Amino acid sequence: MLVIRRDLVDAMVAHARRDHPDEACGQIAGPEGSDRPERIIEMENAERSPTFYRFDAAEQLKVYREMQANDEEAVVIYHSHTATEAYPSRTDITFANEPQAHYVLVSTRDPIEHELRSYRIVDGVVTEEPVKIVES
Amino acid sequence: MAVTVSIPTILRTHTKGEKSVSAAGTTLAEVIDDLENNHGGLKARLVKEGTLHRFVNVYVNDEDVRFSGGLAAEVKDGDNVTILPAVAGG
Repeated sequence: MLVIRRDLVDAMVAHARRDHPDEACGQIAGPEGSDRPERIIEMENAERSPTFYRFDAAEQLKVYREMQANDEEAVVIYHSHTATEAYPSRTDITFANEPQAHYVLVSTRDPIEHELRSYRIVDGVVTEEPVKIVES
Repeated sequence: MAVTVSIPTILRTHTKGEKSVSAAGTTLAEVIDDLENNHGGLKARLVKEGTLHRFVNVYVNDEDVRFSGGLAAEVKDGDNVTILPAVAGG
């Protein structure tokens, strides 16, 4: 189960809406081993595409160094789907390299109602998990 | 020529869980060959048909090697090599 503060959920959805129709992507860091997302980092989508995302490599290194210095890890890795449901695509599964992360998908295909779901992706196997939103 | 190589979580099965290991070489290709000698299996995760995998980022210090020669990128004694899998999808 992903337990996450409402303000972080709102921030992911706002980021996804802002970048629509391109996919938005980012991560939420938390203390290493805590499984507690705390600090949202909106990442540049180097692909700037409605169908693909990739963290900008230079920004990824900078953020990785920050997280190492703070004893943090990526607790949540999120991105948006702008025309399809919030379910991992085949490419999402191929490139999922963080077995400890919660992969959050936000769909912005409906202009009013977003869809937000969370998954574990380990060795190519997708397992959906409940999302428990707690007040900030 | 010894360099320090940071290993991402997903590849630590090849380094007995070590987060960073040392390796020798004057180019990235030599460093990867040396890694392979001590941590078998790593090379295949990084290199395909003579070039770096498209979805692996490798940096020498702060430089993305994609912009400094790829496998031919030079490394100097004391450099830090960081390997990060690309975070990508569709």
